[in-house]
Amino acid sequence: MKNKLITVFLGGLALLPAAVTAEPNQQNTVNIQAAFEFSSLDPTRSGFVFTRMQVLETLLNVDSQGGLLPGLASEWSIEDGGKLWRLTLRDQVHFHDASLLTAQQVADELNRGLNKISALRGLPITSINANADNQVEIKLSAPYRPLGAALAHYSTAILADAAYNDAGEVTALIGTGPFSVQEIAVPHKLVVERFDDYWGKKAQIEYASYLTGHRAEARVLQARSGQADIVFGLDPASVPMLKRLPTLEIVRSDLPRTLALKLNAGHRFIAEPEARQALSLAINRQGIATAILRAPDAATDQLLPAYMSDWYLDGQSEAYNLEKAAGMLAQLGWTKNSEGWLERDGERFELDLITYADRPELTTVATAVQDQWKQLGVKLNVNVTNSSAIPSGHSDDSLEVALIARNYGIIADPLGILLKDFASSDKGGDWGSMNWSNTWVPETLNAMVSDNDAAHYQEQAQSIAEALYNERPLIPVASYVQQTAINKRLSGFRFDPYERSYFLNELSWK
Amino acid sequence: MRLRNLLLKRLLQLLAVSWGVGTLTFLLMRALPGDMAYRIAAGRYGMDAVDSDAAALVREELGLDQGAWSTYWSWLGDLLQWNLGNSLVSGQPVSESLWHMLGHSLLLAGAGILLAALIAIPLGLASAYHGGWLNRILLTLSTGMRALPVFVIGLLAVVVFALELNLLPVAGFGTPAHLVLPALTLGLSLAAIANRVVHTEAERVFNAPFYEFAQTKGLSAWQAFLRHGVRNMSVPVVAFFGVQLITVVEGVVMIESLFSWPGIGHGLAHAIFARDIPLIQGAALMMGILFVLLNTLVDLACYWLDPRGGQLA
Repeated sequence: MKNKLITVFLGGLALLPAAVTAEPNQQNTVNIQAAFEFSSLDPTRSGFVFTRMQVLETLLNVDSQGGLLPGLASEWSIEDGGKLWRLTLRDQVHFHDASLLTAQQVADELNRGLNKISALRGLPITSINANADNQVEIKLSAPYRPLGAALAHYSTAILADAAYNDAGEVTALIGTGPFSVQEIAVPHKLVVERFDDYWGKKAQIEYASYLTGHRAEARVLQARSGQADIVFGLDPASVPMLKRLPTLEIVRSDLPRTLALKLNAGHRFIAEPEARQALSLAINRQGIATAILRAPDAATDQLLPAYMSDWYLDGQSEAYNLEKAAGMLAQLGWTKNSEGWLERDGERFELDLITYADRPELTTVATAVQDQWKQLGVKLNVNVTNSSAIPSGHSDDSLEVALIARNYGIIADPLGILLKDFASSDKGGDWGSMNWSNTWVPETLNAMVSDNDAAHYQEQAQSIAEALYNERPLIPVASYVQQTAINKRLSGFRFDPYERSYFLNELSWK
Repeated sequence: MRLRNLLLKRLLQLLAVSWGVGTLTFLLMRALPGDMAYRIAAGRYGMDAVDSDAAALVREELGLDQGAWSTYWSWLGDLLQWNLGNSLVSGQPVSESLWHMLGHSLLLAGAGILLAALIAIPLGLASAYHGGWLNRILLTLSTGMRALPVFVIGLLAVVVFALELNLLPVAGFGTPAHLVLPALTLGLSLAAIANRVVHTEAERVFNAPFYEFAQTKGLSAWQAFLRHGVRNMSVPVVAFFGVQLITVVEGVVMIESLFSWPGIGHGLAHAIFARDIPLIQGAALMMGILFVLLNTLVDLACYWLDPRGGQLA
């Protein structure tokens, strides 16, 4: 008995170092810092963090150009003229609680998403069912081309049944990704550990930790000190200093997010397209991109980025021209008064702009636009509020101008977002056009969801890009550039422009 | 007997404060401009996904169309059953979130106050005892430190201890090392005033006739300080630290943001942006309760230190 006890004790001692090293520490953990909190465990609310940290996975994935790739579904087919999507699931996919992924469970999960704020909500889906061949069938009342991209969105990520309580609330994050949850403290901290039963490329690193760094200065310091290995959303002003450090590599990536002015085209001052064009011409984009965003090539007067080539007009761009802008407004009857402000029929050209402080550059850009339009004679009152004031102001018609940072890559196919922004109601879309008199664009967008002719689709997309460019329901200012610091002790980092994944399973220690 | 009266009185005060704070928070939140459903939707789904559809869903799910009175009564009813409700943003029970945040805040506040006391008391005493150049230097340093915004002190502490000396983590939580820099920042910022409070009180006592008499009758400087100095000067100092503690618990948003510390100040600021009323009410309620409790403790401590202070009230 005594010997047995000694053996157990010695065995325990032998295991002790292994147990100690198995805990996450600075040496075995990739520390990630980014600006955003996660408010809930529910993927429809905060799934972006959980798919980026590769805890949860979606049925389909997308490549860097937005093309669909297999995910939990190994293959898919579109039948019945686009009204039936059949997705075949991979075999032997295990959840982190060791249960197996089944078609029924996937169908249940997608059906749950229909009633939440997920990428599937509002789509013409009539039923989602599992069949006996490990397939999920999605039936639609009308063809919907961007459905594949919606199935790659974080809000449609698949959780195990055990993740839900009886009330249908998510109480644990049990997914299928290459990492499982080791520790979670909503809304700041998530530590994940390697999942050895992962169906795909298994991770080499043992742990990764996500910590919300609210302040840009603090994130920069984390990168500088080497205490964070990957730091997203660097303050542009600090990038030159970080680039000089031998321990860091700085990666610059283009994001499909555009800084734009949303205009109420029903407002009497800006109802004419010429007025909106004049306001666009009076913005010195180059100045804003250089001085505020510290990325001169980020200046753009097109809504979608060049790499979404169907929606981008090659070689089209109009430079800052205050004189031309003033001339266009003069033709519309605006004349300068003694104080230098434009007036028409006794009314001053005065607009209220709202923006939000979630992204620090928005308030600075708003005041820059205020100053630039002042030179034209347009008085702009800037009001910094909450992001929800934009859809709310759109809905009650109180909005005049809003400075927004719109992500056209939320769903990997921009058609899905453009439909929401320009064709979701007669008025336009919460984050898109507002009271714009053009009916051709929404009609064409709606027709494109069932267009399977690639050449015709591209032709239509170009015509829409042209209409957006000429009539300016929104005035683009600059596109977004993401600067990321990566500690050189890591290799294999790559950036996903759609921000769906941090590709942690491709990282290794040098 | 007197102690029981005090506790009873404070218990009644506690109930009045709880009701008053909860009701006032409710009224103020209702009076804020902007549509609540949109605000909550932005908090829940983030700025990229907030739209009229999300707001409509939130409105329906939370019954925001109900009148203010019925929401208020249901909150009060829940409160009487010790139920603070669920967060409108995360759906988690408010008590859980508060426990997480308040625990971290109290830890930070306690450590900050302790450091402040360790810095301020010796410096205040020394400057009162020696006076002259030491006093002038400390006065200048205290004024300078007080004039610096707290996040500048934090950044300087990070630059020195985390970047240059590489001794401590820049930000985060979870290990004792993570507590050091935020607590030091808080401690330094508090000590800037506290050492002057200690100085003034110590100077008053050192120059008092009873203190001079204590030394004249033959007590050594150290004996006179221990027997006649400490108690006499500690009442205002204890009261000062007591009041500081509560303002520190709720007022360190900047430090919490800078060091990614999940405290209640930062959580409350986010909850206000997102109109997470149950969380705001719960947090305000906890603060109110904490305020009454700490005041009671400070009163008891002061009475114990100097029973001449009169009636316990």
